[in-house]
Amino acid sequence: MSVSLTNLRAGEKGKVHAIAAGKYATKRLYEIGFNTSAHVTVIKNDAGPVIVSINGNKVALGRGLAHKVMLAKDQ
Amino acid sequence: MKTKRIALVGNPNSGKTTLFNAITGANQHVGNWPGVTVEKKEGSFTYRGATYDVVDLPGIYSLGAFSEDEIVAMDYILTDDADVIIDVIDASNIERNLYLTTQLLEMGKNLVIALNMVDEAEKREMKFDVAAMSRALGVPVVPTVASRDNGTEAVIKEAVKAIERKRVYQNPLTYSDNVSHHHEHMVELLEGKDLPYPPAWAAIKVIEGDSHVISRIEASTDDATVLNGITEFHKFHSSDNFELEIVDSRYAFAHRIAEQTVKRPPVEVVTLTDKIDKILINKYLGIPIFALIMLAVFQLTFAIGQDLLGGYAAALVEGLGVLIERFLIWAHSPEWLVSFMIDGVVNGVGAVVEFVPLITVMYLLLSLLEDSGYMARAAYVWDNLMRAFGMQGKAFISMIIGFGCTVPAIMSTRTMDNKKDRMVTMLITPFMSCGAKLPIYSVFIAAFFSDHGGLVLFSLYAFGIIVGLLMAKLFNKTIFKGETSYFIMELPPYRIPSTKSVMRSMWLNVSDFIKRAGTIIFMVVTIMWLLAVLPGSAEPYSQSSYLGRLGTLLVPIFRHAGFGTWQESVALFAGIPAKEAVVGTLGMLYAGQYMEEGVVLVNAVQQHFTSLTALAYMVMVLLYTPCAATISAVARETKSVRWPVAMALYTFAIGWFVAVLVFQIGSLFGFA
Repeated sequence: MSVSLTNLRAGEKGKVHAIAAGKYATKRLYEIGFNTSAHVTVIKNDAGPVIVSINGNKVALGRGLAHKVMLAKDQ
Repeated sequence: MKTKRIALVGNPNSGKTTLFNAITGANQHVGNWPGVTVEKKEGSFTYRGATYDVVDLPGIYSLGAFSEDEIVAMDYILTDDADVIIDVIDASNIERNLYLTTQLLEMGKNLVIALNMVDEAEKREMKFDVAAMSRALGVPVVPTVASRDNGTEAVIKEAVKAIERKRVYQNPLTYSDNVSHHHEHMVELLEGKDLPYPPAWAAIKVIEGDSHVISRIEASTDDATVLNGITEFHKFHSSDNFELEIVDSRYAFAHRIAEQTVKRPPVEVVTLTDKIDKILINKYLGIPIFALIMLAVFQLTFAIGQDLLGGYAAALVEGLGVLIERFLIWAHSPEWLVSFMIDGVVNGVGAVVEFVPLITVMYLLLSLLEDSGYMARAAYVWDNLMRAFGMQGKAFISMIIGFGCTVPAIMSTRTMDNKKDRMVTMLITPFMSCGAKLPIYSVFIAAFFSDHGGLVLFSLYAFGIIVGLLMAKLFNKTIFKGETSYFIMELPPYRIPSTKSVMRSMWLNVSDFIKRAGTIIFMVVTIMWLLAVLPGSAEPYSQSSYLGRLGTLLVPIFRHAGFGTWQESVALFAGIPAKEAVVGTLGMLYAGQYMEEGVVLVNAVQQHFTSLTALAYMVMVLLYTPCAATISAVARETKSVRWPVAMALYTFAIGWFVAVLVFQIGSLFGFA
């Protein structure tokens, strides 16, 4: 089942499943590492942009955009 | 024989520019790519008696056609001007960096890979099989730590070897069956059509739907089968998403290489960066910590730049002045020359040069902050607040750059994808107080607020941010309605800034300041001096001189703000070409007026201003029309005349209005 990145709490992990953003934003996300099946770990998700780690590299995503990244949550 | 060329390509934050500096040393210059405002850095080095040119291409994630940076890099690589490309890869971020490498391999470029920042990757317990990586990619791979000049020599050696060897074209990628099928047909269509690109690569870009490459192909041929073939293909496949399929095959390739050649620890190592971030970007602490850091920057700027070192600079300028005067009198120089040199040059330009220590410390601290990785965090913690004003966190980085100089701040807005965000940011960056205004505050602070220098300075800068944000809100509610763009930003690990890089950036700024003192400030002060001593019939430096008459004309405008003398008005006018000239002009006029030895600018200011009018004057300087260089930067960036003119006028209006407000309210409460 896929959930939005904003629904994951700090420490939770998932696999990028789909990105429901516009063409431009999707491409930017791809380039920065959010390609299909990339593993992400949420580092911080409280106020402000969501910070995730992809292979140990931290990327901050504005909440609006983070909402459009759909993940298959790791159990 | 043509000098061989080497181009550096890499992701932002990959250490590409550090490697460029390590390779070229001092042999470099900065220009612009033709037609665009993307910075072009070129340099050269000598290896075994031969000279090689090096070009530092803009930092990019991908060879697409979305931003100016990408187009510049792609066009450069496509023209085959470079004999070899050094692809700089951040070792700790290998998969994403290999994505760009994959695209370069697809193009069949002659590559050498600098596997950079291996030290940081090792801190995360990552291990690399460099030989295997080199075999898998089919190009040489050299591990480097550019910041410590490790491996630079080896990279140069491999690059030179690669130039002699030339790589045989071979696309290492396998695309999905679907894409491969179309690719074959597209190659057939494009083969032998004399296109500017290799057909196999062009075919993939056509299928990918790269609008930039497609338009180049269409412009280079009038072969109807090609043109129709491309149009037909996209019409027929409008619902297919080949682009993402192709991107996925690139990532699959990058992923496979990383899998085969990089060993990672089973559990991610918690780095120092993670621990520091827990505090610095904390929900509640983030902004207060930012404010504390900035306050510390200004306190230190004053404590070191002014209190500790400022005296020496002032003594030096004064001593030089005495020497020059004695020399001129000894040489029986005409009186006008003595007057010009002493009143004009020493008191005018000298008044600016005195602040070299102050701005040196300021630039040093700002470049320390920038190199440490904190700037990205500042953008992060401000994103929420910025959104409330209709802007995004990235705009905040441009604003902080504006503390140094507004021109690069205006240029830095290029990294914003959204035109509306970019325009609003450009329009408010002039409110971020720049280094050239520092001398002006410094004089007034020394005259009236010397006990609280750092705090007053901090308040001025903070006030600039507040006015900027309020204006942004206003713009968003009126002329620039629409969505604020999304925020994507990397948070690079914290680094201890390298002395070399901090010194380099500081020196660039300080030497620019000194250069400006010798050129534009000198020119403005010369013109002001001429206007102040002419016509011959008038008493020099008096109200009946040309400058006096001009100032008198301006006085009514500023009377309500409390600074009603012609000298003060005309100094603001002189500040439009360059802000430092405000101090330069005041220095010259007061010195000329008192006609006595040892009248220090600060004392003269104390006689002409009160603490309230000094405050109003500083606020005016903070907010009013930015310098000519900024206005022309806005003209270049917006490719218009309307925007720079609008900016010059609206900032003047805001500055005037707020200065009047400060003075009137202050008077009401009985301050003088």
